[in-house]
Amino acid sequence: MFEPLTWALVALSLAAMVFAIVLAARDKRINWTLLAILGVIEVGLLVQLVIGIVQLTGTDRDVSGPFFVGYLIGGLIVLPLGALWALAESSRWGAGALAFACLVIPVVEQRLHVIWTT
Amino acid sequence: MTDAAETRHGPGRILILVYGVFALAATARAGVQIATQFEQAPLAYVLSAVAAVIYCAATFALAKATKVSRRVATIAILVELVGVLAIGAFSYAVPEHFPDATVWSHFGQGYGFVPLVLPVLGLLWLRRTR
Repeated sequence: MFEPLTWALVALSLAAMVFAIVLAARDKRINWTLLAILGVIEVGLLVQLVIGIVQLTGTDRDVSGPFFVGYLIGGLIVLPLGALWALAESSRWGAGALAFACLVIPVVEQRLHVIWTT
Repeated sequence: MTDAAETRHGPGRILILVYGVFALAATARAGVQIATQFEQAPLAYVLSAVAAVIYCAATFALAKATKVSRRVATIAILVELVGVLAIGAFSYAVPEHFPDATVWSHFGQGYGFVPLVLPVLGLLWLRRTR
């Protein structure tokens, strides 16, 4: 695993989560700034998917391939789903739901790390 | 009586997304377990698949938010609650039958006990929007 990317994704996701919570607290809907941050995270996740698969094919470690790739792909799906779900809601709870989606990314990163290192 | 569509708005927005993430995770997990290592822990993996189906049903039923789907959601979430309590208890009582974890083992400990809290919140939400 390329750890700097993992940490960057965790930090950005948590920042996006805080942003979304602030929007919800202020009774606002999600905005373009938040969507742009999510876009950056998605690009990072895509890069991680590619790096992850390349490293998986070249490693001597006893990594569970299906679970590893499953989490890599699963992580990619969560934010777009959360964003669509949030956009279709006119109340503050859309931003609240997106905050939860952002929280899923650090969990996925933690699982990826555990699968890779054990 | 409020509009049945209420379940997917307001706080329900978060609830359904949490359900959706669990549905996605449980389905993927059960799929991989059954496809690659079924003989290691058949009981645990079948239960994982059952949990996955119930999470999917609850997610779609809550999101569809019609009168009929509310009933489907209620049943799915009740089964979920019974499931997490029963599997939670069994996994402590007869751990030899659970060599590998399911979503509901040890009352959802591996998932921050969210699987234990989720059905309670789900039922409260259905009651609140009735």
